[in-house]
Amino acid sequence: MATNPMHQFEVYRIGPEIKINQIDISFTNASLFMIISCISILLVFNLGSSKKNIIPNKIQLLAELSYSFISKMISDTAGIKGKPYFNLIFSLFMFVLFCNMFGMLPYAFTVTSHIIVTFVLAAFIFIGVTILGFVKHGLGYLKLFVPSGVPLILLPLIVIIEVISYLSRPISLSVRLFANMMAGHTMMKVFGGFVISLGIVGGWLPLSFSVALTGLEILVAFLQAYVFAILTCIYLNDALNLHH
Amino acid sequence: MLKKIILFIVLFNTLIFFSVNSAESGGMPQLNPEFWISQIFWLTISFGILYVILSKFILPKIRNNIELRKSQILDNVETAEKQKTESDKKLKEYEELILKSKSEAKNYFNEARKKIIEDLDAKSLVLDKELGEEIKKTENEVSELINKSPEKINKIAIEISSNIVKQLIGEEVNNSSISAIVDDLSKKNRFKYYGN
Repeated sequence: MATNPMHQFEVYRIGPEIKINQIDISFTNASLFMIISCISILLVFNLGSSKKNIIPNKIQLLAELSYSFISKMISDTAGIKGKPYFNLIFSLFMFVLFCNMFGMLPYAFTVTSHIIVTFVLAAFIFIGVTILGFVKHGLGYLKLFVPSGVPLILLPLIVIIEVISYLSRPISLSVRLFANMMAGHTMMKVFGGFVISLGIVGGWLPLSFSVALTGLEILVAFLQAYVFAILTCIYLNDALNLHH
Repeated sequence: MLKKIILFIVLFNTLIFFSVNSAESGGMPQLNPEFWISQIFWLTISFGILYVILSKFILPKIRNNIELRKSQILDNVETAEKQKTESDKKLKEYEELILKSKSEAKNYFNEARKKIIEDLDAKSLVLDKELGEEIKKTENEVSELINKSPEKINKIAIEISSNIVKQLIGEEVNNSSISAIVDDLSKKNRFKYYGN
């Protein structure tokens, strides 16, 4: 039913069912949009890097500006030690950004509005950062949970809170992105439904609201990708430069 | 963020309302685990390929481009600065040259003026001398004339007066007596007639 605002998030199979050991890995619309996003990223940045003009053309400027944007973000949050992880953070940011932006097209599927996708990304970051922290600092990484300058009586409580906050990182990271994308898209769909149901007489108000929401959602799409990337940088900073 | 959460809760309630109303779906499709494995699988593949291609082929090229541009700009700035100092030097030299030639021209001018003035002075001195001599000469002549004139005038006066006397009385008068009278008168009134 088209008026159901949750209908847009439904995943369906495209093509035949693929199963490996009873596990369903069929190609779906979600997979399609992941691949479309990846191909567009590669196309844009390949075009933006193929010519070596001293004065860049538009697409080269775009690629180089995003490169320096991410580079600056990493050096601001994680310092010089974060430089080797530039490629990963750049890929993450671009992937999330392009998935969000493709979700803004009508009839498109928003990959990042699915909790499982964002959770896999966040868990990957969380596990990676934790392993990195233990590799860099050994068991000393556990000092992250013991802030300095805390009264001894409060220490057990603080440690528990720190551990919980650390463990909730992947959940907060994934739910933030997923909830933002889902809420925005649902709201747009609801207002779109109002336009249809109120007709030509009263439909103008929700239509104008829908137009404004589109602008807001494009902003949110960029902002959430940015937040996702910058939080990754901050977690990386915790693992690389142990402050506590 | 709090606003977003509240909005989300409100929306969630409307969603539940919608999903209760629409009998076909069972709430959020996101929580349906049917395609979770598939999504994880395709996410891993697509993101993995994206990461590998970006980090192996594309990002190094962008980095090279940026660094190339930076170094080229630095080079250009360096050469521009070099050329600027060079041109400054040239300008200074040029200005010095102009100053020098200006002072030289002034010197020439001064020298020429001095020479001309000296020349003029010498010539005017010579001229003055000549003029003075001429003036002296003429003055001498004039004074000579003045000195000589009483005698001639006396002579003429004697002749005229003898003629007049002859006409008046029809008789020759002794010239010597007339000349004696004329001499006497002229000696008396000499200063009255000639003034100096």
